[in-house]
Amino acid sequence: MMTRHIRRTRRTVPVAAAGAAALLALTACSSSDSGGLSSGSSASASSSREPSGTVTVFAAASLEESFTTLGEEFEERHPGTEVTFNFGGSDSLASGITSGAPADVFAAASTRTMKIVTDAGLADGTPAAFVRNELEIATLPGNPDGISSLKDLTGSGLKVVLCDEKVPCGAAAQKALEAGGLELTPVSYEQDVKSALTKVELKEADAAVVYRTDVRAAGDKVAGVTFPESADAVNDYPITLLKDAPNTAAAKAFIELVRSDEGQRVLTEAGFRKP
Amino acid sequence: MTAPHLTPRARRRAGRGAPLPLLVPALLGLAFLVLPLVALLIRTPWGDLPDQLTSPEVWQALRLSLVCATAATAVSLVLGIPLAWLLARVEFPGRGLVRALVTLPLVLPPVVGGVALLMALGRNGVVGQWLDSWFGITIPFTTAGVVLAEAFVAMPFLVISVEGTLRAADPRYEEAATTLGASRLTAFRRVTLPLIAPGIAAGAVLAWARALGEFGATITFAGNFPGRTQTMPLAVYLALQSDPEAAIALSLVLLTVSIAVLAGLRDRWMTAS
Amino acid sequence: MTHTGKTPPDGTVPGTAAGGTPAAEGLDAHLVVDRGAFRLDVALRAAPGDVVALLGPNGAGKTTALRALAGLVPLDGGRLGLDGRLLDRTPPESRPVGVVFQDYLLFPHLSALDNVAFGPRCHGATKAEARALAAALLERMGLADHAGAKPRKLSGGQAQRVALARALATRPRLLLLDEPLAALDARTRLDVRAQLRRHLADFEAVAVLVTHDPLDAMVLADRLVVIEHGHVVQEGTPGDVARRPRTDYIAHLVGLNLYQGRADGHTVHVDGSDDGTGTGTGPVIVTTEDLTGPVFVAFPPGAVTLHRERPAASSARNQWRCEVTGMEAHGDQIRADLTGGLRLTADLTTVAAAELGLHPGAEVWATVKAAQTHAYPA
Repeated sequence: MMTRHIRRTRRTVPVAAAGAAALLALTACSSSDSGGLSSGSSASASSSREPSGTVTVFAAASLEESFTTLGEEFEERHPGTEVTFNFGGSDSLASGITSGAPADVFAAASTRTMKIVTDAGLADGTPAAFVRNELEIATLPGNPDGISSLKDLTGSGLKVVLCDEKVPCGAAAQKALEAGGLELTPVSYEQDVKSALTKVELKEADAAVVYRTDVRAAGDKVAGVTFPESADAVNDYPITLLKDAPNTAAAKAFIELVRSDEGQRVLTEAGFRKP
Repeated sequence: MTAPHLTPRARRRAGRGAPLPLLVPALLGLAFLVLPLVALLIRTPWGDLPDQLTSPEVWQALRLSLVCATAATAVSLVLGIPLAWLLARVEFPGRGLVRALVTLPLVLPPVVGGVALLMALGRNGVVGQWLDSWFGITIPFTTAGVVLAEAFVAMPFLVISVEGTLRAADPRYEEAATTLGASRLTAFRRVTLPLIAPGIAAGAVLAWARALGEFGATITFAGNFPGRTQTMPLAVYLALQSDPEAAIALSLVLLTVSIAVLAGLRDRWMTAS
Repeated sequence: MTHTGKTPPDGTVPGTAAGGTPAAEGLDAHLVVDRGAFRLDVALRAAPGDVVALLGPNGAGKTTALRALAGLVPLDGGRLGLDGRLLDRTPPESRPVGVVFQDYLLFPHLSALDNVAFGPRCHGATKAEARALAAALLERMGLADHAGAKPRKLSGGQAQRVALARALATRPRLLLLDEPLAALDARTRLDVRAQLRRHLADFEAVAVLVTHDPLDAMVLADRLVVIEHGHVVQEGTPGDVARRPRTDYIAHLVGLNLYQGRADGHTVHVDGSDDGTGTGTGPVIVTTEDLTGPVFVAFPPGAVTLHRERPAASSARNQWRCEVTGMEAHGDQIRADLTGGLRLTADLTTVAAAELGLHPGAEVWATVKAAQTHAYPA
């Protein structure tokens, strides 16, 4: 309970920060002089050296557990470095980056959201998928309603929550439903995958269509049910170095770690699949 | 030709009316509050506005917002005025603590408030499970849930405002009423309520405005379903995920409507009093 | 005017123990309010038609007594009977009591008419009945033209009359007035006092008013009850109280020099003499009354004559050597405070003061004729 709480709060704060950054940009104020990243400028000048300083990673909310682990590992491997994460909805993060929020690395939960950044010409090179995530049905522990397929969710009397179509998990769920030729009216279109999951964890909803990784992270508070239509709604997670990265060297090193066998091991453990 | 003569006089008058150490921060404060709104106006995609305004979803969300904020204000009035009276006029042990508890929703992050509401009134909540098993009532994911979430966040504004007015109001008017044969309830209804009407109005406006902009507690407790629980702030937030320009347009609609309503009410009160 | 009884100075009323039957008519109250450091213990009796003034310094407990009568302060002891009914436990809204508050407390959101109609409405009258009654009362008060005015549009005197009309509208058996003239300026006060006197004279039930102004009390009331430190210290008709004050407070209010002492025929040995010896050799006042035992002696400041030298052939039997401690203009006269042989206040004309070369610190002889003193049993 305690750890859950901490995780929630940690997650909401960066979202708010990204929102604030976006607003700042809207008010036509420059936000490139944000403090705390000054050490990065010297590091980018000598990229061949051992990474040091702060590396700022904007990553999709679903990556929180595994990236936090990798971040600690990175700091251990490269003493003198510090990894700062901003976890949030990929769209918020992308609009934060296009509004000038200072970041070194962007890991999105969909190619569509990554495209916002590449279209703005802010990605350094072509982003490549490093993991993929599949949908799963999260049900109450022990699956008391006996849900075994996506079709079961369309039955009456069940309270199902989906992500809103405007966020990646919602778009993916819609794709899966279309692939199965199903129509589903949920009780709510949640603003992100975590709040969809929370509704099941609090037993307010009977089921939610979320990512495998989220089911895994929720432990025994929910039960996961796989369904074949999820194959049609696979989400690739691209990662990229950002053009305006204040700390290119450390950013490159972090991306390397994510792509390495060790990184893949941590991510697979969290429920991601290899691309 | 008169302007050069008028200007120094006008400046002198302003200087006499408001000392500089007050005037400067006052204007800075005003700029600080208004600048973001101006920026919003500057960046508004005016071309998209007609599309937004003709979209049924927008009207649906706007109507739901107005209905829910008004209902939440009504709930706040019905429960909040007696609560304020209790806090202002009745001595009881632990009154300070109760007052602190009343203001708790002000400091609680709304999302936490929403989770707390789920734990209290949700299908599996402390009280909600009985509502469900005895009466078959579940509040989350319903319009009633939106009203409750908004009232939870907005009521403290009303209670604080009304309590302050009650404290400033002379309790001897109530005494005078009782010596004329009025029961305590009659004295409250016919004397105290009219006396504190301005405070109630101010509190109701604050509560209504807060309820109208409510996001965190609403989406957490009541979810997001168009026509049922999707209020304007929720629509704005979700639009921001994929189409920031649409989000700005939606915000503008919300702003315009709320300013129109508040200004309209203000005029009515001004003439009524 | 008839009085059902006189209250002894110790403040107890015979036969008012709990459970006793209150007088069949009028007010029969023994008010005890305990506030720790302050204790109010006051007995009040009045017949219908009486106007009783509670007179006393600030903090004496007058207003507490009034609030206790109205039921706004609960009694900690004693009892409250009105027209044969015990009202101790009756909440204020059920007491046949009307109150005119110090600053009137007219409901600011209601017109004068609706303020007056408020009470009848609470007592079950229809809106039309209540308004008709209120209109009649305002008419009687000469305020028919102001019936529609909000209280903030009324002058002080008008507001006072509306407040009186409002209190009378419920036909109370006990009318309470808290400092009814205190909120008015001196000029308005004169008019309103005269009007109020008329209205109170017309009032057929008991009226109790609280004031710290002796003039208000004497003009408006036919009986004074003087309260100090929560207790009744003197009670009587205004003339009685003015002539025979029993405390320094009243003596000061009515402008008399007052001394307490022991009489032995025509001589009174004043207690607590200024010389501080306490040997009984203190000042002596010669009076015309022939009394024995504890007495009060009073004489007005105007009865004092001042001389630069000891008057050799004065007919005045009372002579004291004094020193001037203070002087102030008092109308067209000079009021001098003196200490020495006897502490006293003297009034003299400005011319006399100039001829005497009077100034603080000056030594003078004060004389008072025995015929101008007044001694009465303590």
